[in-house]
Amino acid sequence: MKISHPKNFWGGVLFIVLGATFAVIARGIPHVDFLPGYAMGTPARMGPGFFPFYLGMLLLVLGVIIAAGGFKVHEGDPGTVEPFHWKPIFWVLASIVMFGLLLKIIGMLAAGILLVIGASLGSRDFRLRPVIILAICLVIFCALVFVVGLKLPIPLCPDVEALQQFRMCRA
Amino acid sequence: MELLNNLAIGFGVALHWQNIMYCFVGVLLGTLIGVLPGIGPIATISMLLPATFVLPPVSALIMLAGIYYGAQYGGSTTAILVNLPGEVSSVVTCLDGYQMARKGQAGKALGVAALGSFFAGSVATLLIAGFAPPLAELALKFGPSDYFSLMVLGLVAAVVLAHGSIIKAIAMIILGLLAGLIGTDVNSGVARYSFGLPELIDGIGIGTVAMGMFGFSEIIRNLETSAGDREVFTKRIEGLLPNWKDIKQCALPTIRGTALGSMLGILPGGGPVLGAFSAYTLEKKLSKDPSRFGKGAIEGVAAPESANNAAAQTSFIPLLTLGIPSNPVMALMIGAMIIHGIQPGPQIMTAKPELFWGMIASMWVGNFLLVVLNLPLIGMWVKLLTVKYDYLFPAILIFCCIGVYSISNMWMDVILAALFGFIGYVFIKLDVEPAPLLLGYVLGPMMEENLRRALLLSRGDPAVFVTRPISATLLVISLVLIVIVAAPAVKKRREEAFQEG
Repeated sequence: MKISHPKNFWGGVLFIVLGATFAVIARGIPHVDFLPGYAMGTPARMGPGFFPFYLGMLLLVLGVIIAAGGFKVHEGDPGTVEPFHWKPIFWVLASIVMFGLLLKIIGMLAAGILLVIGASLGSRDFRLRPVIILAICLVIFCALVFVVGLKLPIPLCPDVEALQQFRMCRA
Repeated sequence: MELLNNLAIGFGVALHWQNIMYCFVGVLLGTLIGVLPGIGPIATISMLLPATFVLPPVSALIMLAGIYYGAQYGGSTTAILVNLPGEVSSVVTCLDGYQMARKGQAGKALGVAALGSFFAGSVATLLIAGFAPPLAELALKFGPSDYFSLMVLGLVAAVVLAHGSIIKAIAMIILGLLAGLIGTDVNSGVARYSFGLPELIDGIGIGTVAMGMFGFSEIIRNLETSAGDREVFTKRIEGLLPNWKDIKQCALPTIRGTALGSMLGILPGGGPVLGAFSAYTLEKKLSKDPSRFGKGAIEGVAAPESANNAAAQTSFIPLLTLGIPSNPVMALMIGAMIIHGIQPGPQIMTAKPELFWGMIASMWVGNFLLVVLNLPLIGMWVKLLTVKYDYLFPAILIFCCIGVYSISNMWMDVILAALFGFIGYVFIKLDVEPAPLLLGYVLGPMMEENLRRALLLSRGDPAVFVTRPISATLLVISLVLIVIVAAPAVKKRREEAFQEG
């Protein structure tokens, strides 16, 4: 059979995978140590596994129906999945993850500058100088608003102890 | 006279100088993000959740609500001046608003939009004040099975009224329900789907999910399309106040838009988008000369603008009376209430009258502030539109990252949000609307809890859902809704309705 509407087909497959994952983790697989499952209980006394297991199964069934729609021809709608643009995906998400990992160690000022520069690499025309100026302005603004103004407990400067520990780990 | 009394309590709270200030900050921020395409109320409210920790709950909720309805005002400004909807709900405003601007009537279009919105906001505020108390009283009689069925109805209606594929939306809601279960189960103490990570034991905050799926994935998507040339009307905008002839022409459309928007706003899933679309379609049908529409008809601005603002306000009714969100923004408001230690539900009105009525009164204050402040500020918003997205998105990104981190001061949340950003992007590429997920996400734990309680009381007999009259009625309505929408004739019309324009 030919997949005539890839968007529906792959959407359905994604739901099948997600539904199955939730259901299997809830139910557990016998003799597999890392998948013990949660107690199912009875309808009158539901265990923690009951609701997620049946919801997962329901999602799986819906996924099958959606995926089946992928074999039907939709008039005027080729249903091709638009290509993924890996450049912005990579730079934006990698910068966010790096910000999360480094925030407590090097502080918001440095991590924020790295975030802005890193994410800007994902845009179409990247120019270093304006981006650096923008980054510096933004972190100063954030420090004033969030830390000085709203008094949120965000580390601003590098944490010397954490850095030393990091160095010791490597040595 | 009780109503007047209650409104007096409300205005007493809302007119406190501190609350006026937070209301002002809220509507100003709301307008700002409404003007800027690429960032909506969902990302903004989740970004600001941590900032409201230090505020008293009333002020926090007043500010967050202001962001939501303020965004409706801002969205129309961009729609009229740039032909670019700042918010989805102002898509229809582009049709005639931009044409008016091209004819040199930008000021008039903006004025009519603002005044229509103010009228709609005032009426909707009164409606909330009038309808909420009896509804809340009714809701107090609800048992767990009734609540469960109510949530089913809410979710079904949300799907039926939203645009896009119904079955995909249902799947997305179920995925949301499942994701909402991550974390410790209250009844058994078992940490579900936590993969042994201590950061997941308390579940994932709704702000983290919302910011990932609506903030980060939106940024990536905007980066892949080139900005293109925008024709911004940066000339001086004059003649904001409509003349007598315009007022006469707009009075009825505004009233009809308000009525339609108010009704659709109460329904789960309805909200501003549907309100604006329906109001525009209605005006076109009623017009003596429908061909004027799309070429700068003033009714085509007045009606949808009043409708989206009315709907934005009345969507607070299910939230305040039943504790059930009717759209993703309301889901976030529930999250905000819980963070501030307020259990959403019908008891809010009696247990915390100053919060309940204060919020309602603040909506009128907010609408007033919007008209008074925004008309003079339009020039500034226009300037903002000329800022390149290359410089705008890093700012949104850093605010979002700091926001996610600050919700519970956990770096893990930032990484989880990035993950949700990727998931959201994949779903958008597969033509699956991510919004329903957020509704399911908030309702997941509530639904499970009520299902458990209902079946515990009935000793495991599922018949309880059909033997109790309230629950049975709600389930029948849900079923009828599904059947109607699945019918081929309605299905086709529904698709047409959302493609109008």
